[in-house]
Amino acid sequence: MSGALTGTGTLVRLALRRDRVILPIWVLVLGLLPAMTVSAYEQLYPDAASRASLNASGTNNPSIAVIYGKAFDLTTAGGFTVWRYGVFLSLFMCLVAGFTVVRHTRAEEESGRLELLGSAVIGRHAALAAAVAVAGGTSLVIGVVQAVAMIGVGLPATGSLVLASGFAGAGLVFTAVSAVTAQLTTYSRSANGLAGGVLGVAFLLRAVGDSSPGASWMSWLSPLSWPQQARPFAGERGWVLALPLVTAVVVGAVAVFLAPRRDLGAGLLPPRLGRPAAAASLSGPVGLAWRLQRGALIGWAVAMAVVGAVFGSIADGIEGLLGDSAQLTAILERMGGAQAVVDTYLATIAGVFGLFVAVYAVLATQRLRSEEAEGRAEPVLATGTSRVAWMSAHLLFALIGSAVLLAVAGVGAGMAHGLRAGDLGTQLAHAAGGAVAQVPAVWVVAGIAALLFGLVPRASTAASWAVAGVALGLGLFGPALNLGQVVLNVSPFTHVPKVPGPSVPVEPLVWLGVVAVALVVASLVAFRRRDVSS
Amino acid sequence: MTTAISVSGLVKTFGATRALDGLDLTVRTGEVHGFLGPNGSGKSTTIRVLLGLLRADAGAVELLGGDPWRDATSLHRRLAYVPGDVSLWPNLSGGEVIDLLGRLRGGLDQRRRADLLERFDLDPRKKGRAYSKGNRQKVALVAALASDVDLLVLDEPTSGLDPLMESVFQQCIGEERDRGRTVLLSSHILAEVETLCDRVSIIRAGRTVETGTLAELRHLTRTSITAELAGPPDGIAGLPGVHDLEVEGARVHFDVDTQQLDAALRALTSAGVKSLTSQPPTLEELFLRHYQEAGR
Repeated sequence: MSGALTGTGTLVRLALRRDRVILPIWVLVLGLLPAMTVSAYEQLYPDAASRASLNASGTNNPSIAVIYGKAFDLTTAGGFTVWRYGVFLSLFMCLVAGFTVVRHTRAEEESGRLELLGSAVIGRHAALAAAVAVAGGTSLVIGVVQAVAMIGVGLPATGSLVLASGFAGAGLVFTAVSAVTAQLTTYSRSANGLAGGVLGVAFLLRAVGDSSPGASWMSWLSPLSWPQQARPFAGERGWVLALPLVTAVVVGAVAVFLAPRRDLGAGLLPPRLGRPAAAASLSGPVGLAWRLQRGALIGWAVAMAVVGAVFGSIADGIEGLLGDSAQLTAILERMGGAQAVVDTYLATIAGVFGLFVAVYAVLATQRLRSEEAEGRAEPVLATGTSRVAWMSAHLLFALIGSAVLLAVAGVGAGMAHGLRAGDLGTQLAHAAGGAVAQVPAVWVVAGIAALLFGLVPRASTAASWAVAGVALGLGLFGPALNLGQVVLNVSPFTHVPKVPGPSVPVEPLVWLGVVAVALVVASLVAFRRRDVSS
Repeated sequence: MTTAISVSGLVKTFGATRALDGLDLTVRTGEVHGFLGPNGSGKSTTIRVLLGLLRADAGAVELLGGDPWRDATSLHRRLAYVPGDVSLWPNLSGGEVIDLLGRLRGGLDQRRRADLLERFDLDPRKKGRAYSKGNRQKVALVAALASDVDLLVLDEPTSGLDPLMESVFQQCIGEERDRGRTVLLSSHILAEVETLCDRVSIIRAGRTVETGTLAELRHLTRTSITAELAGPPDGIAGLPGVHDLEVEGARVHFDVDTQQLDAALRALTSAGVKSLTSQPPTLEELFLRHYQEAGR
């Protein structure tokens, strides 16, 4: 076994060299975010009375818990941070760690680069060990930065350490999960997809567990809720931190067990044989784009339907639980709502759907760049397929696909809520309307990604993720950070009217639509005028 | 129309790099034209310009009577292209890719498709990722050869094929020529070029350095002579076109430009020839000469 790890150090340095831009960005963003809530909290809830009232209404509210997780103590800035960031920061930690592992294992094998290295003096487990070291190390470094920053802004040291350890632990768990999925599949896309599926299940488990008193045990199955369950700043339960550690070690052991049981380049799930001839549907650029995009679209549609139904099923109980707490209504309004509490809730979750689907829109648009960069666009563009036709076929999925996904999420929420409220017709229209109102804003994000592809192909992947990241960050964390309206206005989602709401101004939607169309047209023109590059 | 491809003074720069620097290329309709040059000399860049994937910075380019940038779509229906490095969609089978590319070009001859699959010994059910480099090239070749087009543009199409498949490929190109199709074949395999090509263009550092039929190009090469003489080898050293002369007693060895062969032989016979070996010029020498100059 001594030789199995030979060369790990070299591979770690190679990985750090390749990720020298992206990893420091993640460390800074995820590392500093929790500490930044403190001043916002103190501005929003300046005195003991406002905090007590926030605490009274927030700790028992399932409708908010479904999104943000369980609140244990909202009377301190620390407890507020745990509640507001616990789930989503854990989610980001998992994504960063998971993508990093797959990027340095399965993606390298797929490209054949690992084979080149494997012929040099590199042990059998070295690539996996190096990827795990980089991803796990990144999680730990982010945790250290988080702890130092939180203690630095004056939060209690114990709670800061427990919360930061919880976040780092989530990263470690998904380092291990991705190390397993990278052994199972042949393609990095499927390895990421499989890990994403696990993450989605984890999110749903805690969404249901956190919001349904009878099923709270389900939260314990989800690594995303462990940082909150450790109760940082609210009577810490340090032993909970053993859960991510044990899970990471056990799942990691599975990866180590699986790794030697397969050939380099192969997955444990064998690739199946395909059709000897193409079906009639596989003709023309749209047929090809459908074939390439349908898997992702169907997967997202299922996920959005489930997410919609889970979020929607909570809406009915919200009124009774709230009573007429003016304080909580105020919070919901700060989260971006209008009058009636249920409507506010429906409008809020519609905004969350919009942010999720924006990620899909960027993914679908990025397909253009990966097709081009990996040399698969060239043979197609050397046939009778025009550039505009080829690009439009993929944009069709980014645009129509995201509209479909929003409709699915809205209908899912509306059905679940309407059936429970016994008012299917109205509630379905309300929830679906709210989701569909996000379409123009999602299209703006897709349009920006498309224009980046047309203008700066090589930088477009990173740049479009930055755009999606800004939109997501402002949407999820912006209001709680008490950022100025000027900053919030950068995101197209800030301009979406609250639907359902007492009065729905149509002009912002029209303007967003016009901007999106202009972006798409400009992107097509830009792509037609540039070189096809690899 | 007698010219399928006509390029003159083509310039293409990438940032500070001048990939093509006044390149000329003429391919006549119905010929198999060899396109040769060392790595990085601009072969693939030229082909990408011809396909309208890259935009020329300067120079005139005409393909099948049209402008490859402006009329890309209509021209592409009349040509088939095999890239040097074929990458396939991981989740599409080889058969699906062949049919898809054929349909995008406007049709595929099903009988020819079946025939080519058999001759190239290709399993069309495997998915893209499962094919080796050679098999990925076969997928692209079958798709191109089974399409009903006027022009085939092949960028080092055989670099991953084994010798058996290489000979199948040569047969296929011969058949294409017999049907009157034009082929632009970029290649590194000299035997392939000698067997297949009617005319050849050699490029180096983005410029055309030689172009012509193989017979014409052979004229530019040198013949290698070894002779045993009855008398002293007088006068040979002073002849024009003689290079690398070595004299060991009565034995001489030298290279002579093919145009000067006659004069050199006269000088030898006047000294009295006891034995004579002459090595015909090979294309290899010609290429090596041009390729090596690239390094200087």
